[in-house]
Amino acid sequence: MTVRQQILTIALAALATQITRFLPFLAFRKSMPRFVLYLGRVLPSAVFSLLVVYCLKEVDPLSGSRGLPEALGILTVALLHRWKGQMLLSIAGGTLCYMLLVQGVF
Amino acid sequence: MPSSHGARKALKAAFPHTVPILTGFLFLGMTYGIYARSLDFGFLYPTLMAVTVFAGSAEFALAGMLTGPFDPLGAFLMILMINARHLFYGISMLDKYRNLGWKTLYLIFGLCDESFSVNCVTSVPEGVDRGWFYFFVTLLNQLYWISGAALGGLFGSLLHFNTKGLDFVMTAMFVVIFMNQWRKDRSHDSAVLGLAASVLCLMLFGPDRFILPSMALILLGLTLLRRPIEGRAAA
Repeated sequence: MTVRQQILTIALAALATQITRFLPFLAFRKSMPRFVLYLGRVLPSAVFSLLVVYCLKEVDPLSGSRGLPEALGILTVALLHRWKGQMLLSIAGGTLCYMLLVQGVF
Repeated sequence: MPSSHGARKALKAAFPHTVPILTGFLFLGMTYGIYARSLDFGFLYPTLMAVTVFAGSAEFALAGMLTGPFDPLGAFLMILMINARHLFYGISMLDKYRNLGWKTLYLIFGLCDESFSVNCVTSVPEGVDRGWFYFFVTLLNQLYWISGAALGGLFGSLLHFNTKGLDFVMTAMFVVIFMNQWRKDRSHDSAVLGLAASVLCLMLFGPDRFILPSMALILLGLTLLRRPIEGRAAA
């Protein structure tokens, strides 16, 4: 690719990304049908589930470490978060636990 | 209250919510910068993409595509597909992001996974301007990502300490956000539906193409189950 072709490709990628971000706002600028309001209320919960699964998509339960470090890391996050409810503590604790596991144990 | 004071107050309130993203984005952004550098792109390209595209997984894919043959339509469609999940973020934020003037434009421009998650689930503290709060969450996150990409492109080869596993910080953050949302929800129908649909589609379609079918299945489920879900959420 020439530099000009690369710049054009990057510009198109930026355009495609912004279409996915602006489309709902442009489509429902004037009025929001009740169905869309309903979706806006219930979608976040489903989307957070999807994002957690997305983070774990490369985990293979049948080979390697079988997802054990991920499971233990998430368990640490969940327990810390139930116990203290401090977002940063839960995240730091879980990440530290995971790093120790993948660097030292598995 | 003068507006600069309101902005500073919102920045102070927003910053702590972005600290996990600071860690994650500096690390992931650097990984991205190093990857782009390994493809001989120097630091200008990854930085330019971080400013204009600002969508992590799409930028990784894009850097790879730039080394291949010129295929503008293919690249355009590929990025549309990778980023299709933003449609759901937009629908969820229609109400919150409306009527905030010029900030609305930037908030939509910077609507990445992380800014969406924080702004969707966080209750803005009383006395803090909502628009400025959302704005700073989004801006800080983008600055972290740009800095990471630039640093990775510039100094990536100098990095020696063992960072293996540090990317788990993003997984941990989404787990926490999932739990916070779970606690807020009166009914867990949508969360359970999302979990079942994504796991099923991941098993059926594999890690590279499960997002679109998952979104379709979630949309179908929420449409068919609207009555019971609305009934239970109101009960």
